[in-house]
Amino acid sequence: MNILEVKDLNMSYKTIDGNVDAVKDVSFTVKQGESFGLVGESGCGKTSVAMSLLQLQADNGKITSGEIIFDGQNIVNLSEAELREVRWSGISIVFQGAMNSWNPVVKIGEQIREAMREHYPNKTKDENTKKILELFEIVGLEDSIIDRYPHELSGGMKQRAVIALALSCDPKLIIADEPTTALDVVIQDQILNEIRKVQDVLGLSLIYISHDIAVIAEMTDNMAVMYAGRIVERGPTKEIFANPKHSYTKSLLESTPSVVGDKVKLQSLDGEPPSLISKEKGCTFAPRCPYKDISCNPELDMQLKEVGPNHYVDACNAEKV
Amino acid sequence: MSKNLLEVKNLEKYFEVSGGLFSRNKSTVKAVDGISFDIPFGSSLGLVGQSGCGKTTTARALSLLDPKTGGNINFYNDETSNMQSIDELEGEELKKFRRNIQMIFQDPYESLNPRWNIKDIILEPLNIHNIGNLKDREEAVYEILKTVGLTPPENYMPRYPHELSGGQRQRVSIARTLIMKPKFVVCDEPTSMLDVSIRISIMDLMLNLAKDLEVSYLYITHDLAVARYMCDRIAVMFNGKIVEIAETEELLSNPIHPYTKRLISSIPIPDPSYKRERYELDFSELDNIIANNSDELPMAEVKSGHFVATHDVKGLL
Repeated sequence: MNILEVKDLNMSYKTIDGNVDAVKDVSFTVKQGESFGLVGESGCGKTSVAMSLLQLQADNGKITSGEIIFDGQNIVNLSEAELREVRWSGISIVFQGAMNSWNPVVKIGEQIREAMREHYPNKTKDENTKKILELFEIVGLEDSIIDRYPHELSGGMKQRAVIALALSCDPKLIIADEPTTALDVVIQDQILNEIRKVQDVLGLSLIYISHDIAVIAEMTDNMAVMYAGRIVERGPTKEIFANPKHSYTKSLLESTPSVVGDKVKLQSLDGEPPSLISKEKGCTFAPRCPYKDISCNPELDMQLKEVGPNHYVDACNAEKV
Repeated sequence: MSKNLLEVKNLEKYFEVSGGLFSRNKSTVKAVDGISFDIPFGSSLGLVGQSGCGKTTTARALSLLDPKTGGNINFYNDETSNMQSIDELEGEELKKFRRNIQMIFQDPYESLNPRWNIKDIILEPLNIHNIGNLKDREEAVYEILKTVGLTPPENYMPRYPHELSGGQRQRVSIARTLIMKPKFVVCDEPTSMLDVSIRISIMDLMLNLAKDLEVSYLYITHDLAVARYMCDRIAVMFNGKIVEIAETEELLSNPIHPYTKRLISSIPIPDPSYKRERYELDFSELDNIIANNSDELPMAEVKSGHFVATHDVKGLL
């Protein structure tokens, strides 16, 4: 069963320089209990997708078309009050750098209870505290943390507490947006382990967003590669790593160093990602595409086509690779 | 065995911290606590470890940005063909030494003066050290921009940092560093702020320059995979001490110290079919292994060139 279906989602930000189309024709599904990865470079629209799902994008951002079907309901046109029901108790999110978003003068436990009071006004403080302690146990925090202030915790502990906060209202889907980016490798490894454990114990669905293709390899069942607001390749993680069909995916894989296996010469991709400010039609990857030739239709937008079971790739590029 | 460019012996950098606003109690933070390593000509050493372990403090002490509080740094003096302690350097000699040691910083967005154009940014070190006349200097800037791949140089010279991307800014940082023709460059996570597809081109540029210009690097990173790509040898740091140092492939395939094992096994592998096994480590136990405080922790050589800090090699093997 699909917990989330995103269909042809478009989102753009209005700026003084013109409209920035941050999310273009993005479609994907997340099954119950599945973990789905979004990978791409900074500015490719990963976080904009996450924000659109919860409709938390900045005020100048607007979903211009498309559907987001969560648990059988299209949530794009919901009112603010209806959205509040979905946020946190349906879909919750661990923001990028969220560990620095704790209020410094309120105890950790009280901040989590505050979110729970919003969604479960009938529960008592003791019930909420009991729930928080259960969650602390899952994410590997000691009970005493509940009465600590944020500055008393290390980065890793704060990030664990953020995960507990995201779990506090029993969501069905968690979006983790670069949850380990500011952390050390050893701490990152522990947090990744906690997230996996949480997912197993609670049977949650997960959308994992990262620029690090190695983390996506370890954390996800299915994945999508984003470039300049579009998904250029989508499919089972194992299949994409074994058999990348898009030249951008290939170059991401070839540019990632590893500590195991033979030491290989890494390949870089020349050029820079394009500006997302609305421009005429056409393939946005063309300037960096190693297969660009006269057969490219400059008018044609990217179109995904199925190349294997559940494996979709930008059609133009797939034919040439 | 090739000649050493740099020898570091028991380098120490302690910071005095006061106990509080009205307290007279002072305590000492041993940010770098007696580390030793050699850097042979044209080779690069990776310094890895978690944040707060003293990597950047080591870098700043080596490039003389902060004075060390103990130990010795010896540098090859090409006039006398001998190793010379930097403590003996004064005046002109010290200035010359500073030319030979340069640093590339982590953040290309904050380490370039936003009000200067690229030409002036790269000219600055030449002006400070008073090298050549104005025409020579401008030619040198032109050449170095070509070397770091910012071509055609005349398009870049009048531009300001905000007009460049992160990768281009880091190329400017590298150009500014290399224009002094240093022998030794300390790189403090120079690619950690860059996107993957750009990161490799900067790393390749640095590797090529090292070969062409015979520069040695001390390459600081928290990412062992990057260190593997860049460095001949790797030193692992923990709590201000080097716990293990070896040739890169030897260290990765045959780690001995528990902390090294934990660090290596924490690194995600870009291959979904690879099953990574995590080495479990109790960090309080680690403190015991490393601490045994007061006395110096000897470095035991377990294989040629592979050293581990321990009192009890057999216990670790």
